[in-house]
Amino acid sequence: MDPTRPFAGVPSPEGTPAVPDPGPLLRSASRGDQAAFAQLYDLTAARVHGLALRVVRDPAQAEEVTQEAFLEIWRTASRFDPDRGSPLAWMLTITHRKAVDRVRSAEAATRRDVTYHQQNQPVEHDSTAEAAHASLEARRVRGALGTLTPVQREALELAYFGGYTHTQVASMLDLPVGTAKTRIRDGLIRLRDTMGVGQ
Amino acid sequence: MSEDIHALSGAYAVDALDDDERVHFERHLAGCAACRAEVDSLRDATALLAETTAVQPPAALRDSILAQIAQVRPLPPVVEEGTTVLAAPEQPAPAPGTGGAADGGADAPVPITSAPSRRRRWAGVLAVAAAAVVAAVGVTVTQPWDDGGTDSPTLSAVEQVRQASDLEAYTQAFPDGSEATVLVSRELNKAVLETEDMAPAPEGKVYEVWLDHREVGMVSAAIMPKGEDNTVVLAGDPATAIGAGITIEPEGGSDTPSDEVVALFEFDKA
Repeated sequence: MDPTRPFAGVPSPEGTPAVPDPGPLLRSASRGDQAAFAQLYDLTAARVHGLALRVVRDPAQAEEVTQEAFLEIWRTASRFDPDRGSPLAWMLTITHRKAVDRVRSAEAATRRDVTYHQQNQPVEHDSTAEAAHASLEARRVRGALGTLTPVQREALELAYFGGYTHTQVASMLDLPVGTAKTRIRDGLIRLRDTMGVGQ
Repeated sequence: MSEDIHALSGAYAVDALDDDERVHFERHLAGCAACRAEVDSLRDATALLAETTAVQPPAALRDSILAQIAQVRPLPPVVEEGTTVLAAPEQPAPAPGTGGAADGGADAPVPITSAPSRRRRWAGVLAVAAAAVVAAVGVTVTQPWDDGGTDSPTLSAVEQVRQASDLEAYTQAFPDGSEATVLVSRELNKAVLETEDMAPAPEGKVYEVWLDHREVGMVSAAIMPKGEDNTVVLAGDPATAIGAGITIEPEGGSDTPSDEVVALFEFDKA
């Protein structure tokens, strides 16, 4: 991802999209600069929290995940390697992992019931989320998602937003075991190439 | 490097592998530059998905997070050393009294991963670690595990470490309020694990503690006894360890760690 690409959904005071770069902020934060971290938070909190909320769904738990993720980002900022991806991707990887761990451990504790599953069927664009980010970038991403085959898209969304394993996704979509992972990968590759990220 | 495992890159990038598959794939990743590059690029793509779900968190969360970071020390960068190893870790001496449990584990350490660069491994696992404990109920543990064969230099060893001038302490707090702390004195080559309110291991299982050595991997260092508020002296060579871990193992312990990771501690300097 091009780190200089404008950050969607973060309007500057003038209302035009701001173009702050999280890279230097993250680097300063790794040296203990709390003010830089606060700026980084402001720049990315909506995406971090929105992702946590999308995956865990419960607002209170989503706040906990957001908190855990930011603490982890603060603590491990020096481990971010710009050669391996964008700062935001790194931060969201941490966030996603924490969110998924949260739903999986809850699932292990109490076998998730069927209603949850039904409720969690293909991504509905729920109105709160929708309203919060009618950003240009989000629109571009949706456009790119539109180029995926329906199965690729569903598999990807169930895995990423639903927090399901590829095996579970295969079963949910009535795909032969082992094919969901391919759909997920194909979908991501398509998304990556359409959006021109990941070099 | 089979065709099959390669195909897991996408599922891995979106955390859609189960624990076994993930460990397996990470092992593969360590030796497969193509897969690493692909995973990195796919993660950039997954970040885009979050564009479509952005939601501002409540303002109070910001204050809370910023207040908390003030109390957390950022980790130092991973310095690629390669050539300057403090002491040869190739012989992690089994400490006296490691008992039957860790037999074999100490002389035949098997790396958890063969990754030449370990920088990526920890972050993800820490999350699992935290999550793994969430579901558990608070019961605590005492008695040093390490007193099986030796008399009991244990208490004094603990005191020695606590009073060491070069004491390093690594604490992990879990969402259920429990805590685990590893105290290390490299000068003394001693380490202690203290747990507080740690939930009991599942029926028929034990907590096993490991010391992580560069190029060697996880070496069994203790099995935690059941009981309350545990303090366990770790066997092995803490002086050269780069981290420690706690896993859930079958009764009696294992030679190599399972992937039921409860906690991982990354030491600041090795």
